[in-house]
Amino acid sequence: MTVLADPALAADARRERRFFLSLSLPALFIVGLAAILPIVWIIRQSFLTTGGEYTVGNYEKVLSSGLTWSALVTTLELSLGTLAICILLGIPLALALASARPRVANLLMALVMLPLWTSILVRTYGWLVLLRRDGLINAALTGSGLATEPLPLAYNFTGTLIGMVHYMLPLFLLPVYAAMRDIDANLIRASASMGATIGQAIRTVILPLSAGGIFSGSIIVFIYTIGFFITPAVLGGGKVNPLSIRIERTLSTFQDWGSASVLGILLLILMALMGVMFLAARRLIAGRKVGTAHA
Amino acid sequence: MMKSLPITIDSVRKTYGSYVALDDVSLDIRAGEFLTLLGPSGSGKTTLLMALAGFVRPDSGKLLLGDRDITRLAPNKRDIGIVFQNYALFPHMNVLANVEYPLALRKTPKAEARQRALDTLARVKLEGLSERNIAALSGGQRQRVALARAIVFEPRVMLMDEPLSALDKNLRETMQYEIRRLHDDLGITTIYVTHDQREALTMSDRVAVMNSGRIQQIDTPQQIYDRPSTRFVAEFMGEANIVAPGSVRRIDGADASREALMIRAESFHLDAKLVGRDGVALDGTLCAKAFRGENWLLTLALDGGQEILVCIPAALASGCAELTIGQQMTAYAPAAKVHAIPGAKA
Amino acid sequence: MLEAYPDNRLARILLWSFCALVLAFLMLPTLVVVPLSFSASNLLEFPPRAYSLRWYETFFGSATWMAALRTSLILGTLTAMVAVPLGLLACISINRLGGKAAITIQGILLIPSIVPGILLAIGLFFVLAAQRLVGTLFGVLVGHVVLAIPVACIVLLPALVRFDWNQVQAARSLGANWARAIGGIIVPQLQISLLSATLMAFLTSLDESVISIFVASGQNSTLPKLMFLSLRDQIDPTIAAISTVWTGIVVVAVLIVTLRQKS
Repeated sequence: MTVLADPALAADARRERRFFLSLSLPALFIVGLAAILPIVWIIRQSFLTTGGEYTVGNYEKVLSSGLTWSALVTTLELSLGTLAICILLGIPLALALASARPRVANLLMALVMLPLWTSILVRTYGWLVLLRRDGLINAALTGSGLATEPLPLAYNFTGTLIGMVHYMLPLFLLPVYAAMRDIDANLIRASASMGATIGQAIRTVILPLSAGGIFSGSIIVFIYTIGFFITPAVLGGGKVNPLSIRIERTLSTFQDWGSASVLGILLLILMALMGVMFLAARRLIAGRKVGTAHA
Repeated sequence: MMKSLPITIDSVRKTYGSYVALDDVSLDIRAGEFLTLLGPSGSGKTTLLMALAGFVRPDSGKLLLGDRDITRLAPNKRDIGIVFQNYALFPHMNVLANVEYPLALRKTPKAEARQRALDTLARVKLEGLSERNIAALSGGQRQRVALARAIVFEPRVMLMDEPLSALDKNLRETMQYEIRRLHDDLGITTIYVTHDQREALTMSDRVAVMNSGRIQQIDTPQQIYDRPSTRFVAEFMGEANIVAPGSVRRIDGADASREALMIRAESFHLDAKLVGRDGVALDGTLCAKAFRGENWLLTLALDGGQEILVCIPAALASGCAELTIGQQMTAYAPAAKVHAIPGAKA
Repeated sequence: MLEAYPDNRLARILLWSFCALVLAFLMLPTLVVVPLSFSASNLLEFPPRAYSLRWYETFFGSATWMAALRTSLILGTLTAMVAVPLGLLACISINRLGGKAAITIQGILLIPSIVPGILLAIGLFFVLAAQRLVGTLFGVLVGHVVLAIPVACIVLLPALVRFDWNQVQAARSLGANWARAIGGIIVPQLQISLLSATLMAFLTSLDESVISIFVASGQNSTLPKLMFLSLRDQIDPTIAAISTVWTGIVVVAVLIVTLRQKS
């Protein structure tokens, strides 16, 4: 025996759902207006001539230019370089913070977060002051005799990378630290009791259990760095030209909206590709975790 | 005294996907009655309560408050006092503000609202605590604030969702008594949800036992306990032995029942003289015995293989200590305590 | 976590020295700016040979810089005022709807924080140009609000998940309509999270530069935009003074919120 739902009550249920749905409409509207519509506009623009006619000429022009491909390579180099350095610096730091007493850890976390509260322009300026040819670091190096002449640290790839790592490291650290802090200390004690050295405990217990956090941190680094603009624009000194800089130059120098849009779409495709790769990697890691659990 | 209203629940059905939470439940609650919905978790008792409150929308069926159909009425227009399981007191308001809250929503003049709130707080024995923060209250005090807040606006009906589950045993018993007295003073129709059968028996005018979204039996506490209509009710209400008719013989030799019989563990005696001629006897072997302070608990394996529990009050159990495991013995129960469960198999 | 190895001194010392270096790396560029801003010299020398307030005088005496500072503070305030209420309503909606609808809404609201700023900036520039809104305060505000909404949601959503929804049901049963239940029960209890969300939204706008660079102009240039332009041209210690003031504003804002939360 099936009892049919009362249509009036079902209508009430739908009305209530619509009410809750309507609460998110203003936010969705703004996002649609100022984030989704602009992207649609970029896609449309990439197929238009300056006269407003349909064309694939923009794609031909951009894809046949060597500058585009070198920009793609620079974008990837900056992103992956930043990620690699963040992993090298961030994981030991997270490990130390997670092993510290809570009070010390909180204090150190506050220090780590300080750059996050500082404007990116302030920080970029700080790095310029430090890294320039006559900057503080070169002054210290030549003054102490460690270097005979000033090293080229700013207005190049090195300077850009330093600035980007500085921006990303706190953001990378947050999920990694959170994951490590959540590991039950008894697990480490257990592995020590079974004879694991400190290195083995880190490799076989701590790192696998914080893989999720490291993964999230990596995604964050990637999402942020792939479109980074300020740091390469200032610390790159015109010599470091990832896609974001090419987009800006195409717009400001040539007023070529079509080509700028094509470059923008390349950036989106790059993000999507890397996103898929990250997801595949995560599935692989997750699969291996289950595998070792059964072994 | 407030004018209280009867509640009619008419074939209410609620499903979540393929899960049936309420399976055509119908129930009439009299004006001024204290009715308890009793059942294990997942039996649908809280769903039914929340449907009355307006937080669960039935798929079909009707809910009436007096003559008024409230099935589609918004919760804030139902005028039902609710005590939530975790009290749901507003932590950003003090005791008085919590109790005044429903009056403020009803635009009661300030002075009157304050007076009524204070009177209600006095009624639940919280005078002098009106300026306290909720966080500074004990569990029992919070319980009382929740009560005061639920009754201050003189609702016609009160719903209570396991209100005592967070309290320790002693406090529970005090509060059971006080809630019941408050109900008697106000005469307010009350539906009380609990999974504690002792609480249900102690407090209620009538108990509705629920399982799997259905009402199994609705009756007075004595009837529910002594004359359960289903095997589920029998077992849920206490240590019940349900024995096949073949394992039981009448002391006077008359034919025994042909239906499964329920005999509660505490109905047994070891002395046939304490049981009338029309009582029953069960023969078996002692498998285990345990002293529990106020009584002895014996486990008997009947000749058919079934095990039953026999509970003998310490005062009548002088011989229990000497019983040896494996010995043959007989347990007797008076006819009045032997209840045939219609349709049940042992 | 490594207390299971109390005897491994060497590992400990190595780890902590490494940490000290990384921490120094993180703090250095912010801290180095402060003494420079008080330098009396035109040159960026460290430590400065003589101190003065001349770069602060330059900053506070400049109509352009002051206009930019004003614009940034106004934008930050407006952004927080718009983004936080919208974020709260959206989070209530996500929290109550659940299931696929909630995931979809959440996904859409997170788009602005995933799409590279440069794309949002040029796309918004196209859209605003078509409406002749480039260079208006409104145009920049829309751009900042869209960035601040996901930020507000990230703060508010966990707070709503922790929030005991029984409280709203209690208020409803006691006679409150939705508006009163949200305004009188949810908002006061999420006060701390709302304050954090407001701060984060304010800082998101304050720190935003890419959208401002493309969309803001003239009268409505923000401080980060002017700083960016002048960093590209030359670096004089005025920027150090501005940076110090800027960091000061942020630290004060964070402190106010932290203290409010504690009390």
